[in-house]
Amino acid sequence: MIHLSNNNRKRIKQLLKEDKRLDGRSPFDYREISVESGVSNKAEGSARVRIGKTEVIVGVKLETQEPYPDHSDEGTMMVGMEFSPICGARYEPGPPKIDAIEVSRVVDRGVRESKFIDFKKLCIKKGKKVWSILIDIYCINDDGNVFDASALGVVVALQLARLPAYDADTDTINYNEQGEKLPLSANVPLAMTFYKIGDKILFDPTREEQDASEARVTLALSQPKKEKLINSMQKGDITPISRGEMELIIKSAEQVYDKLFGELEKKIKKLR
Amino acid sequence: MLEEYQTEAMNKMGYTKRSDGRKMDELRPIKAEVGIIPNAVGSALFASGKTVAIAAVYGPKILHPASMREPDRAIIRCEYTMLPFSVAERARPGPSRRSKEISMVTANALSSVVDLAKYPGSVIEVQIMILQADAGTRCAGINAAAMALAHAGIPMKEMVSSVSIGKIDDKIVVDITKEEEDYHEGEGPTDIPFTLTSRKKDIVHLQLDGNIATSRFSEAVSAAVKACEKIYDYQLRALKGEKIDEGGKA
Repeated sequence: MIHLSNNNRKRIKQLLKEDKRLDGRSPFDYREISVESGVSNKAEGSARVRIGKTEVIVGVKLETQEPYPDHSDEGTMMVGMEFSPICGARYEPGPPKIDAIEVSRVVDRGVRESKFIDFKKLCIKKGKKVWSILIDIYCINDDGNVFDASALGVVVALQLARLPAYDADTDTINYNEQGEKLPLSANVPLAMTFYKIGDKILFDPTREEQDASEARVTLALSQPKKEKLINSMQKGDITPISRGEMELIIKSAEQVYDKLFGELEKKIKKLR
Repeated sequence: MLEEYQTEAMNKMGYTKRSDGRKMDELRPIKAEVGIIPNAVGSALFASGKTVAIAAVYGPKILHPASMREPDRAIIRCEYTMLPFSVAERARPGPSRRSKEISMVTANALSSVVDLAKYPGSVIEVQIMILQADAGTRCAGINAAAMALAHAGIPMKEMVSSVSIGKIDDKIVVDITKEEEDYHEGEGPTDIPFTLTSRKKDIVHLQLDGNIATSRFSEAVSAAVKACEKIYDYQLRALKGEKIDEGGKA
């Protein structure tokens, strides 16, 4: 299916030659980002993220389970993602397809590898019982950059989540009683996706720009100490990325991180 | 007691010796061969140490259903399968989320170099099987698949070669094993599978898991460029008919 007219594709490319975009932004400007809590009071933590007209909601549920044999004293995490037909005409009903699976797996890796969650502290009884964090991401309106919106939503929902009360004697969870916060560290992973259109790189595309793009690279960065760490990366789509472009992407990611991180921290703090 | 001191001292030194004795920039013993599946249009085996991948190419053929056809080019449909007995704990047969993702990144990497415009409306089927796994399976699979495509005579702008670069503790190492992937001392493991084109060394596939300072990423890229150059050489030799077997222990 064709989602983008040739005229718009041309226009997007022409403008980019002068570092301009259809909505007046420059290549590394991002749209207004808003974060909200309280999508569902049945979730242990939930968040809504809007980036421009893109909207994503995330819910965290907590359950107990037997640990995996090779990680007998660690809790578990699972991330699911769906582009339901609710979020745009291009999406069709059915189980998650590869585009959604990719988002969930890339988000999962960023959170896991940054050591944002202390899984050892989610152990209830070694070898017997651990907490399991079940995260579900739903795209509500896709106007581009759902990757970053999803990753941000997950970070916010995790920060807001509370463990429900657990009774070890009867092995039951009382979801009506809220307990402690999740054991999280200061290594907050921030995911950023860069898109290549022609020989230009841009950040936070609208859906039209995303359709015009030929390749993308997602990075999750965290900054536990002075140095920024790359915790996950994923190149998407078919067109190659040159080594020079990759250098530019990493440099831009560091800059975007510095600009964005403080701003987002403040927004998240207001929710707690 | 003595042992405890020794391990402690070793930990302080960081990852100075690789568990299989290789140099930091050394590949595992390679096996490479084409034409291993007579029914296929093109086929190949690529093994790096104990990781063994085979690949077969069928087509180009008319794509069904018609709604998936691209009017101006062919598509590559790729299936990466880890056989149930290729890992210690039996892998459940059938596609997993992991295997679907690897199938996609593999198809993307291959699509970037195949002259797809030559076969409008068709599909090129690429089947990859991992027979034995010791890390780097997606890279071995891509190497085998690229060889199988070339062996099938499908026109390609460049070849692609794939290798997993690791940062184990603070050392950049080439072609990591499962044991290295599980090394959790110091900075722990970072796994960066790269796929590069043979001439320009453009990046057509890149993933990363772990932690690496942004300032050190270029070291990983340089290591990948050098390693892929070597792998490309093996691929070429095998495509010229040589049966390469550097005799890695099974």
